[in-house]
Amino acid sequence: MTIAGGAGAGAAQVVGFVRHLRLNGFTVGLPEAEAACRLLAAVAPGDGVQRLRPVRLGLRSLTARNRSEWDRFDSLFDAWWLEHARRGERRRQRLRHVAPERPRRPAIWNSALPQDREQGSAEAPGIETAPDDEGGADVETGERRGRLVASRRAALLRTDLRRFSTPEEVAEAEAVALRLAAALRYRLSRRRVAARKGKRLDLRRTIRRSLGHGGEPLELAWRRRPDRPVRIVVLLDVSGSMQVYARFFLLFLRGLVVGWGQADGYLFHTRLVRVTDALRNRDPGRALSQLSLTAQGFGGGTRIAGALADFNDRHARHALDSRTVVIVMSDGYDTDPPEALGRELARLKRRARRLVWLNPLLGWRDYRPVARGMAAALPHLDAFAAANTLQSLAALEAEFARI
Amino acid sequence: MDLDHKALQARLGGAGYVAEDALAMALCLSVGLQRPLLLEGEAGVGKTAVAKALAELQDARLIRLQCYEGLDAGSTLYEWNYQRQLLAIKAHERDGASAAEVESQIFSEAYLLRRPLLEAISQDSPPVLLIDEIDRADEEFEAFLLEILSDFQVTVPELGTIAARSIPQVVLTSNGTRELSDALRRRCLYAWIDFPTAEKELAILQARLPGIDAALAGQAVRFVQGLRREELEKIPGIAETLDWAAALAGMAVDRLDSDPAALQASLICLLKTRGDQQAVTREVTARLAGQAVG
Repeated sequence: MTIAGGAGAGAAQVVGFVRHLRLNGFTVGLPEAEAACRLLAAVAPGDGVQRLRPVRLGLRSLTARNRSEWDRFDSLFDAWWLEHARRGERRRQRLRHVAPERPRRPAIWNSALPQDREQGSAEAPGIETAPDDEGGADVETGERRGRLVASRRAALLRTDLRRFSTPEEVAEAEAVALRLAAALRYRLSRRRVAARKGKRLDLRRTIRRSLGHGGEPLELAWRRRPDRPVRIVVLLDVSGSMQVYARFFLLFLRGLVVGWGQADGYLFHTRLVRVTDALRNRDPGRALSQLSLTAQGFGGGTRIAGALADFNDRHARHALDSRTVVIVMSDGYDTDPPEALGRELARLKRRARRLVWLNPLLGWRDYRPVARGMAAALPHLDAFAAANTLQSLAALEAEFARI
Repeated sequence: MDLDHKALQARLGGAGYVAEDALAMALCLSVGLQRPLLLEGEAGVGKTAVAKALAELQDARLIRLQCYEGLDAGSTLYEWNYQRQLLAIKAHERDGASAAEVESQIFSEAYLLRRPLLEAISQDSPPVLLIDEIDRADEEFEAFLLEILSDFQVTVPELGTIAARSIPQVVLTSNGTRELSDALRRRCLYAWIDFPTAEKELAILQARLPGIDAALAGQAVRFVQGLRREELEKIPGIAETLDWAAALAGMAVDRLDSDPAALQASLICLLKTRGDQQAVTREVTARLAGQAVG
């Protein structure tokens, strides 16, 4: 086994390896490739196996950018360098094309994902502000657009999501869901703007202004810590009983998540998966491969308490802080014991600011939250609201305004 | 480029830091390529200590910038010394200096307060710049930091551009409370630090607490390793192990299973939340101690 010495001979191998990494989702640019060449040249020549270890460690540090890449690197490295050395050039030609397998698109995601490349642009529909807005399209505009849409679509908004049947109706409802989420996002983001009066003197500006008065600080400038925006974490139930609502909720979730760094989305049925990055991903292929993980078991049973426990154990530490609103979207039909649900919600509540449960069934005329799971959950909730119409989703805004 | 990571590992060991191969290699590259190194890992795995050890063995100054939400350019880069400026303006009123003279004087370097980032690029010999818990700072600061890290120069409107006299060795740490931007990640080399293996933790314990009894150190390490596998809210880090081992040595415990009550009491060094203290009952402690001793 050999790894050719010298930067010249190593360059071709590095280029091949870098391409291999890119195919596997690494972001490796020219500077990294160049540094990798220097690394190969700098590692003392010697026996193959002894040389390989520092090369492996060095390339890992150069090319991995986060923990999952850090963990995956070793197997990718072995696949390329070792196989390459063993089988020679022909083998490498084939390995280069080891791209992540493109899974079939589960029907449920069709609406929530960007169009396939072949079908058109990968742009997120309905997320942009109006293109005909003037250059300074500001926060106000975005908000007003949301309102406008809401009034024009009034009839649509009050219809239960189950009753949308024709493809046109569904498409329109989806567009409204996305826009409502976008409008909601605008309202929340506006909280960043600083106030006119403040508590602390802004010495920098005060001194600057005083120069015009011969050094007398006559005009005082103030600063104030701007309000920080709230963060939203959405836990969306995609089990069988939620199937008719899940696609709209997913769109709503995507509207919130896309382009707004402060929202975080998770799906659960019997397991819990974080989908923020998948929803944000503009490359439909990658988004699919991430989302298809959750599709296994889709439409099956629900383990709400188990999923919440998983969230509490693995994600809560990073995802929640004292300004986070947690929204659980679920019908509350749980196969776990109700005590477990109560316990996990209590844990969740301790870390978050507000805990909101949206239940599509609540909008039904005769519904009473008597399911044992729901009854156990109620004491821990700050708000329990209906979510069976687009209007009820829009009404969420008030929940956030009260933070 | 000097890439002998084994030598660096040995020198880090001399400075009291036990580094794994991967980390030593990452540091080696970071020094060789003059690129920032981003360290991620759970709290308490020794990310901050890396920078301290690096500064010690390079005999360089350690400049530390602790990040927090709301951190801005004023508290990281430079600020004018306003109080002194006001005084100077008042003092010059009497000696009749012209406005232009006063202005050029009060906006000179003597009135500039250097904050960590400016301080780091204006050293004669390259310092180690530790940007701690970058994930706590907000995204605006991250963007601003990118600019500094790529150019190593700072523009002060009143003074002009200050270029770096020496390129600092930059170490960033993150606990993952927020996802960092891809742009920042791309500027940095990366290393993930895991909780140490039993052998490594024992080596750390012996390096930091040279006086500790070898048998007790081994038991303490095995106990903590077992404890990390329990379901805890906050997993104890290396600092906690060191505290606890020191406490055990101070309490003159020679075997973990000799005095269950004292052992249970000493766990306050390891368990930092009420939930964890309730979760680790006497029975759990006894079981872990039994495994550690046996």
